[in-house]
Amino acid sequence: MSAATASVPRPAPRGRLLAAQAAAEVGMTLRRGESVLLALGIPVMLLVFFSVVHVLPTDTTRPVDFLGPGILALAVMSTAMVSLGIATGFERGYGVLKRLGTTPLGRPSLLAAKTAAVLAVELIQVIVLVPVAVGLGWKPGGDVGLAVAAVLAATVAFAGLGLLMAGTLRPEATLAAANGLYLLLLLLGGMVVPLSKLPAALRAVARGLPAAALSGALKGALTGSGHVSPHDWVVLAAWAIGAPVAAAFTFRWE
Amino acid sequence: MPAIEVNELVVRYGEVTAVDRLSVSAEAGEILALLGPNGAGKTTTVETLEGYRRPAEGEVRVLGLDPVAQRRQLVPRIGVMLQRGGVYPSMTPRRAAALFASYYADPVDPAELLAQVGLERVADTSWRRLSGGEQQRLSLALALVGRPQVAFLDEPTAGVDPAGRLAIRAVVAGLRDRGVCVVLTTHELEEAERLADRIVIIDRGRTVGAGTPAELMATAGGRQIRFGAPAGMDVAALGRAMAAAVVEERPGEYVIDKEATPAAIAALTAWLAERDLPLADLRAGRHSLEDVFLRLTGSGGS
Repeated sequence: MSAATASVPRPAPRGRLLAAQAAAEVGMTLRRGESVLLALGIPVMLLVFFSVVHVLPTDTTRPVDFLGPGILALAVMSTAMVSLGIATGFERGYGVLKRLGTTPLGRPSLLAAKTAAVLAVELIQVIVLVPVAVGLGWKPGGDVGLAVAAVLAATVAFAGLGLLMAGTLRPEATLAAANGLYLLLLLLGGMVVPLSKLPAALRAVARGLPAAALSGALKGALTGSGHVSPHDWVVLAAWAIGAPVAAAFTFRWE
Repeated sequence: MPAIEVNELVVRYGEVTAVDRLSVSAEAGEILALLGPNGAGKTTTVETLEGYRRPAEGEVRVLGLDPVAQRRQLVPRIGVMLQRGGVYPSMTPRRAAALFASYYADPVDPAELLAQVGLERVADTSWRRLSGGEQQRLSLALALVGRPQVAFLDEPTAGVDPAGRLAIRAVVAGLRDRGVCVVLTTHELEEAERLADRIVIIDRGRTVGAGTPAELMATAGGRQIRFGAPAGMDVAALGRAMAAAVVEERPGEYVIDKEATPAAIAALTAWLAERDLPLADLRAGRHSLEDVFLRLTGSGGS
Protein backbone atom coordinates (compact mmCIF):
# COMPACT_ATOMS: atom_id res chain seq x y z
CA MET A 1 0.00 0.00 0.00
CA SER A 2 0.99 3.63 -0.33
CA ALA A 3 1.24 6.64 1.96
CA ALA A 4 -1.59 5.39 4.14
CA THR A 5 0.61 2.79 5.81
CA ALA A 6 3.03 5.50 6.96
CA SER A 7 1.05 5.88 10.17
CA VAL A 8 -1.35 3.21 11.29
CA PRO A 9 -4.05 4.90 13.40
CA ARG A 10 -4.00 3.74 17.01
CA PRO A 11 -6.61 3.98 19.75
CA ALA A 12 -6.12 6.38 22.64
CA PRO A 13 -4.76 4.82 25.85
CA ARG A 14 -7.57 2.91 27.57
CA GLY A 15 -7.57 5.13 30.69
CA ARG A 16 -7.87 8.37 28.75
CA LEU A 17 -10.57 6.90 26.59
CA LEU A 18 -12.60 5.71 29.58
CA ALA A 19 -12.24 9.02 31.41
CA ALA A 20 -13.37 10.99 28.37
CA GLN A 21 -16.41 8.79 27.81
CA ALA A 22 -17.41 8.79 31.48
CA ALA A 23 -17.06 12.58 31.65
CA ALA A 24 -19.19 12.93 28.51
CA GLU A 25 -21.86 10.64 30.01
CA VAL A 26 -21.97 12.60 33.28
CA GLY A 27 -22.05 15.88 31.35
CA MET A 28 -24.98 14.74 29.23
CA THR A 29 -26.88 13.58 32.33
CA LEU A 30 -26.35 16.87 34.14
CA ARG A 31 -27.37 18.89 31.08
CA ARG A 32 -30.64 16.98 30.67
CA GLY A 33 -33.30 18.82 32.68
CA GLU A 34 -35.43 15.73 33.22
CA SER A 35 -32.44 13.78 34.53
CA VAL A 36 -31.63 16.44 37.09
CA LEU A 37 -35.27 16.56 38.13
CA LEU A 38 -35.28 12.79 38.54
CA ALA A 39 -31.90 12.58 40.24
CA LEU A 40 -32.20 15.53 42.61
CA GLY A 41 -35.44 17.47 42.23
CA ILE A 42 -37.96 14.76 43.05
CA PRO A 43 -35.93 13.16 45.90
CA VAL A 44 -35.36 16.55 47.55
CA MET A 45 -39.02 17.49 47.18
CA LEU A 46 -40.26 14.20 48.62
CA LEU A 47 -37.74 14.36 51.44
CA VAL A 48 -38.62 17.91 52.46
CA PHE A 49 -42.36 17.64 51.95
CA PHE A 50 -42.94 14.42 53.86
CA SER A 51 -40.50 15.38 56.62
CA VAL A 52 -42.35 18.62 57.23
CA VAL A 53 -45.90 17.45 56.52
CA HIS A 54 -46.54 14.43 58.71
CA VAL A 55 -49.00 12.52 56.57
CA LEU A 56 -46.98 9.40 55.92
CA PRO A 57 -47.74 6.39 58.07
CA THR A 58 -44.09 5.95 59.01
CA ASP A 59 -43.35 3.67 61.94
CA THR A 60 -40.56 5.91 63.21
CA THR A 61 -41.18 8.74 65.63
CA ARG A 62 -39.90 11.30 63.14
CA PRO A 63 -40.64 10.78 59.42
CA VAL A 64 -37.12 11.80 58.41
CA ASP A 65 -35.59 8.80 60.16
CA PHE A 66 -37.58 6.65 57.77
CA LEU A 67 -37.33 8.99 54.77
CA GLY A 68 -33.55 9.59 54.88
CA PRO A 69 -32.52 6.05 53.89
CA GLY A 70 -35.68 5.62 51.80
CA ILE A 71 -34.95 8.66 49.65
CA LEU A 72 -31.31 7.63 49.22
CA ALA A 73 -32.61 4.30 47.91
CA LEU A 74 -34.95 6.17 45.58
CA ALA A 75 -32.04 8.28 44.32
CA VAL A 76 -30.03 5.16 43.47
CA MET A 77 -32.99 3.65 41.63
CA SER A 78 -33.62 6.88 39.70
CA THR A 79 -30.09 7.09 38.38
CA ALA A 80 -29.14 3.46 37.90
CA MET A 81 -32.43 2.24 36.45
CA VAL A 82 -34.55 5.08 35.10
CA SER A 83 -31.96 7.58 33.90
CA LEU A 84 -29.55 4.97 32.56
CA GLY A 85 -32.31 2.92 30.96
CA ILE A 86 -34.00 5.81 29.18
CA ALA A 87 -30.75 7.39 27.98
CA THR A 88 -29.41 4.07 26.73
CA GLY A 89 -32.72 3.29 25.04
CA PHE A 90 -32.59 6.51 23.07
CA GLU A 91 -28.90 6.04 22.26
CA ARG A 92 -29.80 2.67 20.85
CA GLY A 93 -32.72 4.16 18.91
CA TYR A 94 -30.55 6.90 17.44
CA GLY A 95 -27.87 4.45 16.32
CA VAL A 96 -25.34 5.82 18.81
CA LEU A 97 -24.58 2.40 20.29
CA LYS A 98 -24.19 0.94 16.81
CA ARG A 99 -21.84 3.74 15.80
CA LEU A 100 -19.74 3.41 18.96
CA GLY A 101 -19.29 -0.26 18.04
CA THR A 102 -16.94 0.83 15.25
CA THR A 103 -14.83 3.15 17.40
CA PRO A 104 -11.92 2.06 19.57
CA LEU A 105 -14.19 2.57 22.58
CA GLY A 106 -15.87 -0.80 22.13
CA ARG A 107 -18.67 -2.29 24.20
CA PRO A 108 -16.86 -3.31 27.42
CA SER A 109 -15.36 0.18 27.80
CA LEU A 110 -18.70 1.80 27.03
CA LEU A 111 -20.27 -0.27 29.80
CA ALA A 112 -17.44 0.61 32.17
CA ALA A 113 -17.82 4.32 31.36
CA LYS A 114 -21.56 4.19 31.91
CA THR A 115 -21.02 2.45 35.27
CA ALA A 116 -18.52 5.11 36.33
CA ALA A 117 -20.93 7.84 35.24
CA VAL A 118 -23.80 6.32 37.24
CA LEU A 119 -21.60 6.08 40.35
CA ALA A 120 -20.46 9.69 39.87
CA VAL A 121 -24.05 10.94 39.66
CA GLU A 122 -24.97 8.87 42.73
CA LEU A 123 -22.12 10.50 44.60
CA ILE A 124 -23.49 13.93 43.66
CA GLN A 125 -26.93 12.82 44.87
CA VAL A 126 -25.52 11.70 48.22
CA ILE A 127 -23.63 14.98 48.57
CA VAL A 128 -26.88 16.91 48.02
CA LEU A 129 -29.42 14.66 49.78
CA VAL A 130 -27.58 13.75 53.00
CA PRO A 131 -27.11 17.37 54.16
CA VAL A 132 -30.77 18.11 53.35
CA ALA A 133 -31.91 15.09 55.38
CA VAL A 134 -29.54 15.98 58.23
CA GLY A 135 -30.85 19.53 58.11
CA LEU A 136 -34.34 18.08 58.57
CA GLY A 137 -33.19 16.25 61.68
CA TRP A 138 -31.94 12.91 60.36
CA LYS A 139 -29.10 11.45 62.47
CA PRO A 140 -27.50 8.74 60.40
CA GLY A 141 -25.26 6.35 62.29
CA GLY A 142 -24.38 2.71 61.95
CA ASP A 143 -22.01 1.30 59.36
CA VAL A 144 -21.34 3.40 56.27
CA GLY A 145 -19.38 0.54 54.70
CA LEU A 146 -22.46 -1.68 54.74
CA ALA A 147 -24.52 1.10 53.19
CA VAL A 148 -21.97 1.58 50.41
CA ALA A 149 -21.94 -2.17 49.72
CA ALA A 150 -25.73 -2.21 49.52
CA VAL A 151 -25.73 0.79 47.16
CA LEU A 152 -23.16 -0.89 44.89
CA ALA A 153 -25.14 -4.13 44.74
CA ALA A 154 -28.39 -2.26 44.11
CA THR A 155 -26.74 -0.12 41.43
CA VAL A 156 -25.75 -3.25 39.54
CA ALA A 157 -29.26 -4.69 39.96
CA PHE A 158 -31.06 -1.51 38.86
CA ALA A 159 -28.66 -0.89 36.00
CA GLY A 160 -29.36 -4.43 34.84
CA LEU A 161 -33.10 -3.73 34.87
CA GLY A 162 -32.64 -0.41 33.05
CA LEU A 163 -30.47 -2.00 30.38
CA LEU A 164 -32.84 -4.94 30.07
CA MET A 165 -35.56 -2.48 29.03
CA ALA A 166 -33.24 -0.34 26.93
CA GLY A 167 -31.89 -3.31 25.02
CA THR A 168 -35.19 -4.92 24.13
CA LEU A 169 -37.85 -2.18 23.86
CA ARG A 170 -38.30 0.79 21.55
CA PRO A 171 -36.97 4.02 23.16
CA GLU A 172 -40.46 5.39 23.77
CA ALA A 173 -41.53 2.09 25.35
CA THR A 174 -38.42 2.12 27.55
CA LEU A 175 -39.33 5.63 28.65
CA ALA A 176 -42.84 4.51 29.62
CA ALA A 177 -41.77 1.23 31.21
CA ALA A 178 -38.95 2.80 33.24
CA ASN A 179 -41.22 5.53 34.57
CA GLY A 180 -43.96 3.03 35.36
CA LEU A 181 -41.55 0.74 37.17
CA TYR A 182 -40.14 3.75 39.01
CA LEU A 183 -43.56 4.64 40.39
CA LEU A 184 -44.37 1.02 41.25
CA LEU A 185 -41.08 0.46 43.06
CA LEU A 186 -41.36 3.84 44.76
CA LEU A 187 -44.67 2.73 46.30
CA LEU A 188 -43.67 -0.89 46.97
CA GLY A 189 -40.04 -0.15 47.82
CA GLY A 190 -40.35 0.93 51.42
CA MET A 191 -39.09 4.35 50.32
CA VAL A 192 -42.02 6.58 51.25
CA VAL A 193 -44.55 3.97 52.46
CA PRO A 194 -43.31 1.48 55.08
CA LEU A 195 -43.68 -2.13 54.02
CA SER A 196 -45.50 -2.80 57.32
CA LYS A 197 -48.41 -0.73 56.04
CA LEU A 198 -48.88 -2.86 52.93
CA PRO A 199 -51.40 -5.74 52.84
CA ALA A 200 -49.72 -9.05 53.63
CA ALA A 201 -49.81 -10.42 50.07
CA LEU A 202 -48.44 -7.21 48.58
CA ARG A 203 -45.80 -7.03 51.30
CA ALA A 204 -44.62 -10.54 50.41
CA VAL A 205 -44.14 -9.45 46.78
CA ALA A 206 -42.49 -6.18 47.78
CA ARG A 207 -39.97 -7.94 49.98
CA GLY A 208 -38.68 -9.82 46.95
CA LEU A 209 -38.03 -6.64 44.95
CA PRO A 210 -34.67 -4.86 44.82
CA ALA A 211 -36.17 -1.52 45.85
CA ALA A 212 -37.40 -2.74 49.24
CA ALA A 213 -34.20 -4.68 49.78
CA LEU A 214 -32.13 -1.55 49.20
CA SER A 215 -34.24 0.74 51.38
CA GLY A 216 -34.32 -1.95 54.06
CA ALA A 217 -30.57 -2.44 53.84
CA LEU A 218 -29.87 1.30 54.01
CA LYS A 219 -32.21 1.73 56.95
CA GLY A 220 -30.55 -1.15 58.76
CA ALA A 221 -27.01 -0.08 57.90
CA LEU A 222 -27.44 3.56 58.89
CA THR A 223 -29.42 3.03 62.10
CA GLY A 224 -28.11 2.08 65.51
CA SER A 225 -25.09 -0.19 65.33
CA GLY A 226 -25.64 -0.96 61.66
CA HIS A 227 -27.04 -4.29 60.63
CA VAL A 228 -28.42 -5.54 57.31
CA SER A 229 -30.71 -8.53 57.34
CA PRO A 230 -29.57 -11.61 55.41
CA HIS A 231 -32.88 -11.46 53.56
CA ASP A 232 -32.05 -8.04 52.11
CA TRP A 233 -28.57 -9.21 51.08
CA VAL A 234 -29.99 -12.29 49.35
CA VAL A 235 -32.60 -10.28 47.46
CA LEU A 236 -30.05 -7.63 46.41
CA ALA A 237 -27.52 -10.24 45.35
CA ALA A 238 -30.10 -12.20 43.35
CA TRP A 239 -31.19 -9.11 41.41
CA ALA A 240 -27.59 -7.95 41.02
CA ILE A 241 -26.79 -11.21 39.28
CA GLY A 242 -30.07 -11.96 37.53
CA ALA A 243 -30.86 -8.57 35.99
CA PRO A 244 -27.50 -7.92 34.28
CA VAL A 245 -27.35 -11.49 33.02
CA ALA A 246 -30.84 -11.16 31.55
CA ALA A 247 -29.83 -7.82 30.00
CA ALA A 248 -26.63 -9.26 28.55
CA PHE A 249 -28.48 -12.15 26.92
CA THR A 250 -31.29 -10.08 25.45
CA PHE A 251 -29.59 -6.78 24.59
CA ARG A 252 -29.91 -5.84 20.93
CA TRP A 253 -27.41 -3.15 19.93
CA GLU A 254 -29.44 -1.84 16.98
CA MET B 1 -2.86 -5.99 -0.68
CA PRO B 2 -6.17 -4.32 -1.55
CA ALA B 3 -7.62 -2.03 1.12
CA ILE B 4 -10.92 -3.86 0.96
CA GLU B 5 -11.72 -7.21 -0.52
CA VAL B 6 -15.10 -8.88 -0.87
CA ASN B 7 -15.04 -12.40 -2.20
CA GLU B 8 -18.21 -14.25 -3.22
CA LEU B 9 -20.06 -12.66 -0.31
CA VAL B 10 -23.48 -14.02 0.64
CA VAL B 11 -25.52 -12.40 3.43
CA ARG B 12 -28.97 -13.61 4.36
CA TYR B 13 -31.68 -12.23 6.62
CA GLY B 14 -33.69 -15.33 7.42
CA GLU B 15 -35.06 -16.53 4.08
CA VAL B 16 -34.09 -13.37 2.22
CA THR B 17 -30.73 -13.28 0.46
CA ALA B 18 -29.64 -9.64 0.69
CA VAL B 19 -26.23 -10.12 -0.92
CA ASP B 20 -25.70 -12.91 -3.41
CA ARG B 21 -22.13 -13.90 -4.41
CA LEU B 22 -20.83 -10.36 -4.57
CA SER B 23 -17.15 -9.73 -5.25
CA VAL B 24 -15.45 -6.35 -5.24
CA SER B 25 -12.18 -4.83 -4.12
CA ALA B 26 -10.63 -1.38 -3.80
CA GLU B 27 -7.13 -0.03 -3.28
CA ALA B 28 -5.72 2.66 -1.03
CA GLY B 29 -6.37 6.08 -2.54
CA GLU B 30 -9.35 4.84 -4.48
CA ILE B 31 -12.95 5.98 -4.16
CA LEU B 32 -15.37 3.17 -4.83
CA ALA B 33 -19.10 3.78 -5.14
CA LEU B 34 -21.63 1.02 -4.64
CA LEU B 35 -24.53 2.20 -6.73
CA GLY B 36 -27.94 0.63 -6.81
CA PRO B 37 -31.62 1.07 -6.11
CA ASN B 38 -32.91 0.94 -2.55
CA GLY B 39 -32.77 -2.57 -1.16
CA ALA B 40 -30.06 -3.68 -3.59
CA GLY B 41 -27.74 -4.86 -0.81
CA LYS B 42 -25.36 -1.89 -0.69
CA THR B 43 -25.74 -1.16 3.01
CA THR B 44 -25.59 -4.85 3.89
CA THR B 45 -22.31 -5.16 1.99
CA VAL B 46 -20.81 -2.13 3.71
CA GLU B 47 -22.02 -3.26 7.13
CA THR B 48 -20.38 -6.63 6.59
CA LEU B 49 -17.12 -4.82 5.85
CA GLU B 50 -17.62 -2.79 9.04
CA GLY B 51 -18.06 -6.00 11.04
CA TYR B 52 -21.73 -5.45 11.90
CA ARG B 53 -22.84 -8.57 10.02
CA ARG B 54 -21.30 -11.95 9.42
CA PRO B 55 -21.08 -13.40 5.95
CA ALA B 56 -23.23 -16.50 5.44
CA GLU B 57 -20.74 -17.52 2.74
CA GLY B 58 -17.66 -16.03 1.17
CA GLU B 59 -15.28 -13.69 2.96
CA VAL B 60 -14.49 -10.03 3.41
CA ARG B 61 -11.18 -8.44 4.38
CA VAL B 62 -10.44 -4.85 5.30
CA LEU B 63 -6.75 -3.92 5.39
CA GLY B 64 -6.16 -7.66 5.32
CA LEU B 65 -8.13 -8.19 8.53
CA ASP B 66 -11.33 -10.09 9.25
CA PRO B 67 -13.81 -7.40 10.41
CA VAL B 68 -15.45 -9.69 12.97
CA ALA B 69 -12.63 -11.88 14.27
CA GLN B 70 -10.01 -9.10 14.23
CA ARG B 71 -12.32 -6.29 15.21
CA ARG B 72 -10.08 -4.75 17.86
CA GLN B 73 -7.17 -4.37 15.49
CA LEU B 74 -9.31 -3.11 12.65
CA VAL B 75 -11.63 -0.64 14.33
CA PRO B 76 -9.05 2.12 15.04
CA ARG B 77 -8.08 2.06 11.35
CA ILE B 78 -11.52 2.55 9.80
CA GLY B 79 -14.02 5.41 9.81
CA VAL B 80 -17.73 4.76 9.62
CA MET B 81 -20.60 6.99 8.58
CA LEU B 82 -23.92 5.25 9.11
CA GLN B 83 -26.87 5.90 6.85
CA ARG B 84 -28.58 7.79 9.64
CA GLY B 85 -28.06 8.69 13.28
CA GLY B 86 -25.02 7.59 15.19
CA VAL B 87 -24.64 10.76 17.26
CA TYR B 88 -25.95 11.54 20.76
CA PRO B 89 -29.03 13.67 20.00
CA SER B 90 -28.30 16.13 22.80
CA MET B 91 -24.66 16.62 21.82
CA THR B 92 -23.30 19.61 19.92
CA PRO B 93 -20.91 19.13 16.99
CA ARG B 94 -18.11 20.63 19.08
CA ARG B 95 -18.58 18.18 21.94
CA ALA B 96 -19.19 15.21 19.66
CA ALA B 97 -16.02 15.91 17.67
CA ALA B 98 -14.00 16.30 20.87
CA LEU B 99 -15.41 13.07 22.31
CA PHE B 100 -14.74 11.04 19.17
CA ALA B 101 -11.27 12.58 18.92
CA SER B 102 -10.55 11.31 22.44
CA TYR B 103 -10.93 7.72 21.19
CA TYR B 104 -7.78 8.00 19.03
CA ALA B 105 -4.10 8.47 19.79
CA ASP B 106 -3.49 10.95 16.98
CA PRO B 107 -6.81 12.51 15.95
CA VAL B 108 -7.46 15.38 13.58
CA ASP B 109 -7.95 18.67 15.44
CA PRO B 110 -11.73 18.75 16.07
CA ALA B 111 -12.08 22.47 15.34
CA GLU B 112 -10.23 22.10 12.06
CA LEU B 113 -12.43 19.16 11.11
CA LEU B 114 -15.66 21.08 11.81
CA ALA B 115 -14.36 23.93 9.66
CA GLN B 116 -13.61 21.51 6.82
CA VAL B 117 -17.19 20.26 6.72
CA GLY B 118 -18.56 23.78 7.23
CA LEU B 119 -20.11 23.35 10.66
CA GLU B 120 -18.39 26.13 12.67
CA ARG B 121 -21.53 28.23 12.58
CA VAL B 122 -23.60 25.50 14.25
CA ALA B 123 -20.81 24.02 16.39
CA ASP B 124 -22.77 24.73 19.57
CA THR B 125 -26.20 23.65 18.35
CA SER B 126 -27.38 20.25 19.58
CA TRP B 127 -27.49 17.47 16.98
CA ARG B 128 -31.26 17.28 17.34
CA ARG B 129 -31.61 20.85 16.06
CA LEU B 130 -29.28 20.51 13.09
CA SER B 131 -30.69 20.23 9.58
CA GLY B 132 -30.50 16.85 7.85
CA GLY B 133 -27.54 18.01 5.81
CA GLU B 134 -25.69 19.32 8.86
CA GLN B 135 -26.26 16.03 10.65
CA GLN B 136 -24.79 14.19 7.66
CA ARG B 137 -21.74 16.45 7.63
CA LEU B 138 -21.18 15.95 11.35
CA SER B 139 -21.46 12.23 10.86
CA LEU B 140 -18.86 12.47 8.09
CA ALA B 141 -16.56 14.50 10.31
CA LEU B 142 -16.84 11.92 13.10
CA ALA B 143 -15.97 9.15 10.64
CA LEU B 144 -12.74 10.96 9.75
CA VAL B 145 -11.55 12.27 13.12
CA GLY B 146 -9.32 9.22 13.73
CA ARG B 147 -7.43 9.58 10.40
CA PRO B 148 -8.81 6.27 9.07
CA GLN B 149 -7.13 4.29 6.31
CA VAL B 150 -10.49 3.12 5.03
CA ALA B 151 -13.66 5.21 5.26
CA PHE B 152 -17.12 3.72 4.78
CA LEU B 153 -19.72 6.33 3.91
CA ASP B 154 -23.30 5.08 3.64
CA GLU B 155 -25.32 7.52 1.51
CA PRO B 156 -23.13 10.48 2.49
CA THR B 157 -25.00 13.07 0.43
CA ALA B 158 -28.57 11.86 0.95
CA GLY B 159 -30.74 14.77 2.04
CA VAL B 160 -27.87 17.25 1.83
CA ASP B 161 -28.37 20.63 0.15
CA PRO B 162 -26.18 21.64 -2.81
CA ALA B 163 -23.70 23.64 -0.71
CA GLY B 164 -23.34 20.75 1.70
CA ARG B 165 -22.75 18.37 -1.19
CA LEU B 166 -19.92 20.52 -2.46
CA ALA B 167 -18.31 20.47 0.99
CA ILE B 168 -18.69 16.70 1.22
CA ARG B 169 -17.27 16.15 -2.27
CA ALA B 170 -14.27 18.31 -1.43
CA VAL B 171 -13.61 16.36 1.76
CA VAL B 172 -13.92 13.02 -0.03
CA ALA B 173 -11.57 14.15 -2.79
CA GLY B 174 -9.10 15.20 -0.09
CA LEU B 175 -9.22 11.68 1.36
CA ARG B 176 -8.17 10.21 -1.98
CA ASP B 177 -5.17 12.54 -2.04
CA ARG B 178 -4.09 11.27 1.38
CA GLY B 179 -4.25 7.67 0.24
CA VAL B 180 -7.43 6.78 2.06
CA CYS B 181 -9.64 4.13 0.50
CA VAL B 182 -13.23 5.38 0.46
CA VAL B 183 -16.18 3.04 0.01
CA LEU B 184 -19.44 4.87 -0.38
CA THR B 185 -22.96 3.87 -1.26
CA THR B 186 -25.47 5.92 -3.15
CA HIS B 187 -28.65 5.44 -5.12
CA GLU B 188 -27.98 8.68 -6.98
CA LEU B 189 -26.16 8.32 -10.26
CA GLU B 190 -24.94 11.85 -10.36
CA GLU B 191 -23.30 11.51 -6.97
CA ALA B 192 -21.59 8.28 -7.95
CA GLU B 193 -20.31 9.87 -11.14
CA ARG B 194 -19.02 12.97 -9.35
CA LEU B 195 -17.52 11.29 -6.31
CA ALA B 196 -16.16 7.97 -7.40
CA ASP B 197 -13.16 6.70 -9.32
CA ARG B 198 -14.89 3.43 -9.84
CA ILE B 199 -18.52 2.36 -9.64
CA VAL B 200 -19.97 -1.04 -8.92
CA ILE B 201 -23.63 -1.28 -9.80
CA ILE B 202 -25.52 -3.64 -7.53
CA ASP B 203 -29.01 -4.95 -8.01
CA ARG B 204 -30.76 -7.60 -5.91
CA GLY B 205 -27.50 -8.40 -4.14
CA ARG B 206 -25.50 -9.04 -7.30
CA THR B 207 -22.98 -7.02 -9.27
CA VAL B 208 -24.55 -6.06 -12.57
CA GLY B 209 -21.87 -3.70 -13.81
CA ALA B 210 -18.52 -2.27 -12.78
CA GLY B 211 -15.94 0.18 -14.02
CA THR B 212 -15.07 3.85 -14.17
CA PRO B 213 -18.02 6.08 -15.06
CA ALA B 214 -16.60 6.42 -18.61
CA GLU B 215 -16.15 2.66 -19.00
CA LEU B 216 -19.68 1.98 -17.84
CA MET B 217 -21.08 4.41 -20.34
CA ALA B 218 -18.94 2.94 -23.10
CA THR B 219 -20.13 -0.60 -22.43
CA ALA B 220 -23.67 0.58 -22.77
CA GLY B 221 -23.19 1.42 -26.43
CA GLY B 222 -21.15 4.56 -26.54
CA ARG B 223 -22.27 7.70 -28.22
CA GLN B 224 -25.60 8.61 -29.65
CA ILE B 225 -27.73 11.35 -31.17
CA ARG B 226 -31.15 12.03 -29.72
CA PHE B 227 -33.73 14.28 -31.31
CA GLY B 228 -37.40 15.07 -31.47
CA ALA B 229 -39.37 15.08 -34.73
CA PRO B 230 -42.90 14.16 -35.84
CA ALA B 231 -43.98 10.74 -34.65
CA GLY B 232 -44.06 7.79 -37.04
CA MET B 233 -41.17 8.74 -39.37
CA ASP B 234 -39.64 6.01 -41.50
CA VAL B 235 -36.78 4.98 -39.20
CA ALA B 236 -35.54 2.38 -41.67
CA ALA B 237 -35.03 4.99 -44.35
CA LEU B 238 -33.34 7.36 -41.94
CA GLY B 239 -31.16 4.48 -40.75
CA ARG B 240 -29.97 3.84 -44.30
CA ALA B 241 -29.22 7.53 -44.78
CA MET B 242 -27.28 7.68 -41.52
CA ALA B 243 -25.68 4.25 -41.85
CA ALA B 244 -26.64 3.52 -38.22
CA ALA B 245 -29.50 2.06 -36.24
CA VAL B 246 -32.36 4.46 -35.51
CA VAL B 247 -35.03 3.79 -32.91
CA GLU B 248 -38.16 5.71 -32.04
CA GLU B 249 -38.02 5.33 -28.26
CA ARG B 250 -41.28 7.10 -27.64
CA PRO B 251 -43.60 8.67 -30.22
CA GLY B 252 -41.67 11.61 -31.64
CA GLU B 253 -38.42 10.86 -29.78
CA TYR B 254 -35.65 9.24 -31.80
CA VAL B 255 -32.20 7.86 -30.98
CA ILE B 256 -29.47 7.27 -33.55
CA ASP B 257 -26.66 4.96 -32.50
CA LYS B 258 -23.91 7.12 -33.93
CA GLU B 259 -21.39 9.59 -32.68
CA ALA B 260 -22.63 13.16 -33.00
CA THR B 261 -20.01 14.39 -35.46
CA PRO B 262 -20.82 17.55 -37.43
CA ALA B 263 -21.10 15.36 -40.54
CA ALA B 264 -23.64 13.07 -38.90
CA ILE B 265 -25.69 16.03 -37.70
CA ALA B 266 -25.52 17.50 -41.23
CA ALA B 267 -26.75 14.21 -42.70
CA LEU B 268 -29.64 14.12 -40.24
CA THR B 269 -30.73 17.70 -40.86
CA ALA B 270 -30.38 17.22 -44.63
CA TRP B 271 -32.60 14.14 -44.48
CA LEU B 272 -35.22 16.05 -42.50
CA ALA B 273 -34.96 19.11 -44.79
CA GLU B 274 -35.62 16.99 -47.90
CA ARG B 275 -38.87 15.84 -46.32
CA ASP B 276 -39.63 19.27 -44.84
CA LEU B 277 -39.84 17.79 -41.33
CA PRO B 278 -39.35 19.99 -38.25
CA LEU B 279 -36.56 19.21 -35.81
CA ALA B 280 -36.89 19.77 -32.09
CA ASP B 281 -34.66 19.14 -29.11
CA LEU B 282 -31.51 17.86 -30.76
CA ARG B 283 -29.04 16.43 -28.24
CA ALA B 284 -25.64 15.17 -29.10
CA GLY B 285 -23.70 13.21 -26.55
CA ARG B 286 -23.11 9.99 -24.72
CA HIS B 287 -25.44 7.58 -23.10
CA SER B 288 -25.98 8.99 -19.69
CA LEU B 289 -25.02 6.91 -16.71
CA GLU B 290 -28.72 6.82 -16.05
CA ASP B 291 -29.33 4.88 -19.26
CA VAL B 292 -26.69 2.38 -18.21
CA PHE B 293 -28.10 2.13 -14.73
CA LEU B 294 -31.67 1.64 -15.84
CA ARG B 295 -30.66 -0.92 -18.43
CA LEU B 296 -28.48 -2.91 -16.00
CA THR B 297 -30.86 -2.86 -13.07
CA GLY B 298 -33.95 -3.30 -15.21
CA SER B 299 -35.68 -0.73 -13.04
CA GLY B 300 -36.54 1.65 -15.88
CA GLY B 301 -39.57 1.18 -18.09
CA SER B 302 -38.65 -0.12 -21.56
